[in-house]
Amino acid sequence: MLNVEGVRVRYGAVTAVSDVDIQVADGEVVALLGPSGCGKSTLLRVIAGLETAQGRVCWDGEDLDDVPVHRRGFGLVFQDGQLFPHRDVAGNVAFGLRMVGVPKAEQDFRVTELLTMVGLAGYESRKVTELSGGEQQRVALARALAPRPRLLLLDEPLSALDRALREQLAIDLARLLREAGTTALVVTHDHDEAFTLADRVAVMREGRIVQEGKPEDVWRYPVDEETARFLGCGLVVDGEGRQGKLITEFGTVDFPGIDDGPARVALRPTALEPGDGPVSGVVTAQLHRRDHVRVTVDTGRHLVDAVTPTAPPTGTTIRLTLNPDAVALIRK
Amino acid sequence: MARGRPGLIAPVAAAVLPLGFLAVFFLWPVAAIIRLGLGPGVGAVLGRAETWGILGFTLGQAAAATVVAVLAGLPVAFLLARTSLRGNGFVRTVVMVPFVLPTVVVGLAFRSLLPAGGPVAIVLANAFFNVAVVARTVSGLWSHVDRRAEDAARSLGASRWRAFTSVTLPMLRPAIGSSAAVVFLFCATSFGVVLLLGGGEYATLETEIYLRTVEMLDLPGAAALSLLQVGAVVAVLVIGAVTRRRATSLRLRGRAETARRPVGGEWGVVAAAWVVVVALLVPIGSLVARSFSGGLAGYRAMTGTGYRGSLQVTGWEAIDNSLRAATDATLLALVLGVLASVAVVSLGRARIRPSVVETVDTAMMLPLGVSAVTVGFGYLVTLDALPGDLRTSPVLVPLAQALVVTPLVIRMLLPVLRAIDNRLRQAAATLGAAPWRVWREIDVPLAARALLGATAFGYVVALGEFGATSFLARPDTATLPVVIGRLVARPGELNNQMAYAACTLLMLVTAAIVIIVDRLRVSSVGEF
Amino acid sequence: MRRLGVLLVTAALAAGCSVGGSTDAKPGDRTVVLVTHDSFDVDQALLDQFRTQTGINVDIRKNGDAGALTNQLVLTKSAPLGDLAFGVDNTFASRVLDEGVFAEYRSPEADKGPQKYAVDDKNRLTAVDVGDVCVNVDPAFLAGRETEAPKTFDDLADARYKDQLVVEDPATSSPGLAFLLATVAHYGPDGWVGYWQRLKANGVKVVSGWEEAYSQDFSGSSGKGPRPLVVSYASSPSAEIGDDGKPHTTALLDTCFRQVEYAGVLNGAKNPDDARKVLDWMLSEPFQKQVPDKMYVYPSRDGVALPDAWQKAAPLPDESATLPAKDIQANRERWIEQWRAAVRG
Repeated sequence: MLNVEGVRVRYGAVTAVSDVDIQVADGEVVALLGPSGCGKSTLLRVIAGLETAQGRVCWDGEDLDDVPVHRRGFGLVFQDGQLFPHRDVAGNVAFGLRMVGVPKAEQDFRVTELLTMVGLAGYESRKVTELSGGEQQRVALARALAPRPRLLLLDEPLSALDRALREQLAIDLARLLREAGTTALVVTHDHDEAFTLADRVAVMREGRIVQEGKPEDVWRYPVDEETARFLGCGLVVDGEGRQGKLITEFGTVDFPGIDDGPARVALRPTALEPGDGPVSGVVTAQLHRRDHVRVTVDTGRHLVDAVTPTAPPTGTTIRLTLNPDAVALIRK
Repeated sequence: MARGRPGLIAPVAAAVLPLGFLAVFFLWPVAAIIRLGLGPGVGAVLGRAETWGILGFTLGQAAAATVVAVLAGLPVAFLLARTSLRGNGFVRTVVMVPFVLPTVVVGLAFRSLLPAGGPVAIVLANAFFNVAVVARTVSGLWSHVDRRAEDAARSLGASRWRAFTSVTLPMLRPAIGSSAAVVFLFCATSFGVVLLLGGGEYATLETEIYLRTVEMLDLPGAAALSLLQVGAVVAVLVIGAVTRRRATSLRLRGRAETARRPVGGEWGVVAAAWVVVVALLVPIGSLVARSFSGGLAGYRAMTGTGYRGSLQVTGWEAIDNSLRAATDATLLALVLGVLASVAVVSLGRARIRPSVVETVDTAMMLPLGVSAVTVGFGYLVTLDALPGDLRTSPVLVPLAQALVVTPLVIRMLLPVLRAIDNRLRQAAATLGAAPWRVWREIDVPLAARALLGATAFGYVVALGEFGATSFLARPDTATLPVVIGRLVARPGELNNQMAYAACTLLMLVTAAIVIIVDRLRVSSVGEF
Repeated sequence: MRRLGVLLVTAALAAGCSVGGSTDAKPGDRTVVLVTHDSFDVDQALLDQFRTQTGINVDIRKNGDAGALTNQLVLTKSAPLGDLAFGVDNTFASRVLDEGVFAEYRSPEADKGPQKYAVDDKNRLTAVDVGDVCVNVDPAFLAGRETEAPKTFDDLADARYKDQLVVEDPATSSPGLAFLLATVAHYGPDGWVGYWQRLKANGVKVVSGWEEAYSQDFSGSSGKGPRPLVVSYASSPSAEIGDDGKPHTTALLDTCFRQVEYAGVLNGAKNPDDARKVLDWMLSEPFQKQVPDKMYVYPSRDGVALPDAWQKAAPLPDESATLPAKDIQANRERWIEQWRAAVRG
């Protein structure tokens, strides 16, 4: 397992990563989630051995300080693939196998196996420069997985792709990581991606890890308001817990396990939908999405987002109800 | 802890050999000869208005020739890098030919084309020699530049010209800057051309240093001018280094992908490139025509030693000598140039201060800009201190040629090595490639095209090198350019015919080498 | 630094395997290193014969033109480049003698002619050959214009020969300097500048080197240039003999300046005894006999027959101008400056 203790990276006066501790257990997929510039990629590069840092990076108790990049056995997938332009697809995938002297026949077998796994069977002799972005990323993944790394590091693996492709590839990637039983650390700024891929999520901000936990816990209980906003909650309001129920101005919903007393409640856009709740407001704007319409509603006190199946015309007054699945409780 | 920091030992070790070579065979001799001349005489020479006039003319004609060479070289670079047209192989070969021609012969050719001589003729002749530097260096990078950035700019409404100036040109700047610096140095130190076409009225630092050192032994005067020359060269190199510093990282592409049939206005550029090629062919053609002025007599004479034995070797032996010396010089220059490039790139990656890296880089360029006479006379007063007294040894021929070829190798390799995305190397490292293996698997194949280009280029430069070689070669190891120079300096019609025949053969040998290397690159580098 | 140098040189030697070698001395060989200029040449058979007879191997090292050679000898006098030097001429002799580059040696062969060109009462330099720089003329060209060939310096400034003479710049060319000296000798220190002003008014063309003047501008060479008068050598017509066996150019023997080339044993030579033997050999009849064909100059030894072509086309001028070496040394730079002012200004 990976054990990172007190890692700190400074560039001159700027501290990019400060005193980070993080563990990744065998077979576990951990996502490092944070806005760009929070130091998450730097941390990844420290773990890979590409960056100088203070602190300790250990694998199974062994300090990796003296172990150079190429002996760490950690695979790395870059945001934009970084495929070797002078080698074909098979040559890219087989690269790591060649480095450790795997026999040619076995290389070929493994290349076929991996290309099938990433959905690119038969692509062996294609030029990498002729592949689409998604295909390139799949090859990059196959290349990193081929030598069976003890830890796979993924640096924003999907963010260079368009949205539809990203969602599909995220699901594929999650399946692949599970199937291969890979231990992985994924860096991403996209919480959907993180929650799709990871067994555990670590939220980073300004060089520090501010929250760590299972995706559903982080989703449900962001550590503070800023984290909640980063996780997509547009509105934070005061509420109250009482006997397993959460009482807010938008209505009361079941919230098992909630402590009695005052609570800070964060609402995602999907938390409000047309219904028969206590609050009503005027629709001021609408945004058509693939399977729903997102409207902005002026309730007099707030401008809130809500999700509707059909689009009420601008200017109409609608009544809103609270969807408990999209409500997060800020732990203070 | 210093985890993951790229080691400094390897790059420093790689830098030792080229820097050591530079120190022993360049810096030490030059410093020694300048020191011999230091004294009040230096100030007197520097105080004269005439001296500054010479400096002005030197820089002015070099700058003008550089501009002409860049303007002429860019369309050719476009043709070679961006199009897949018939005749490109011919163009690639033709632009290289001027490089091997001895200056005395080219000077005579330009004299017959532009009888008045003067600054215009000097500038054109200097540019004539150097179009290849620009075309080769720039096309080397251009053929790897991703076409899509340009397409993106076009789609944003930029005209083709605008897309070129705002997107492509900045990407090419490192190569243009590099080649312009080299051309400038070549032109600033051009000797034979200035002497022949300047008709004595126009002097450059180079010709003046020659006169003062060789003919008058006016060491204080020569020292003053040499100091001026070194100062000017360093200034130019620093400006060049600063331009390169601002270079952006490029996304390298395979060649096949970037070359296509020209469309629309691109045909205009192709036409311009061919105009340049035709312009280069005019002096070349006049030399070939002269070689046939006596029928085949000049060629038949190649088996002999000239009119009544003007030479100590036959023409064919001279070709053999040329090839041998150039092979040695190129091998040596490749070793030194590759080591220096690796050192410079590694130091850059190890986050060493850019100024240190640039100093190493700039130092290796110096030999291009300092008078061969200064270096040659410097050898006389220093190299006897080395074992074996190398001062008059023929080994000095490839050594001196390597001094000139090495900076060219570096200039052609560095832009490409620097343009390789560091993350490609990191990807290789995480896949288990040790540092040397990363070089072998990533840098070498990606830079192989540039390296082969540099090899051909270096070989051709060594083949055509005249100044130092004529100074150092023994009669029985005379190279073809030296033999040509000798033949032209003797009366007799046969000698003249043989000289021009030898020129033609030298051009053919050059063309053959360029063609062979171009072939090699196809088979060894595969699709890239 | 020194040790690094050794290392580099070793590496360089390994790389430089294709050159060197053949003429390098094997251990036990007697080798004389002859330092000379680019124009030196010798018949290979003669050289081989000398080696067979004496066991002395002559290693020839060429070092640029006569000026470059002279100045290199001066610069390296404390660690000479070889044992023997050939190629210092009477325009440079004074400097090397002042600097003490050469050792005293009077060759027994010197009395057979060379001694009459002696520049030094200590016999440090011995004349090996003489060469005359004269105006060459292409009579056919002039005949086509119904003009006779000129004869004297004054003729060259005559309006009949307007725009017909091409000369070399004395600052960059050895024949150019010789011709300047010829005019100094002819017109005296006070008159020569005026003569050049007349030449300038008569359209003299100045180019930087002999190659250009002779093969580009001169009408009588293979270059078929536009000018029938050129400053070249007395020997040049011997190379311009047509198929009819007749020379088609001639030298104007009244416009000549005599250059004498000297050899001498270097101070600090490693092998001075053998160097003296080589010097003796260079004055011997067989060597002197091949001097015209190999170096386009005349033997310094008396009674050596010239090749047929030379007898026909290029006899040695009887009376050439000369100037004392000391005067040349003392005034060369000033004369060149004055010449520049008069002709360029």
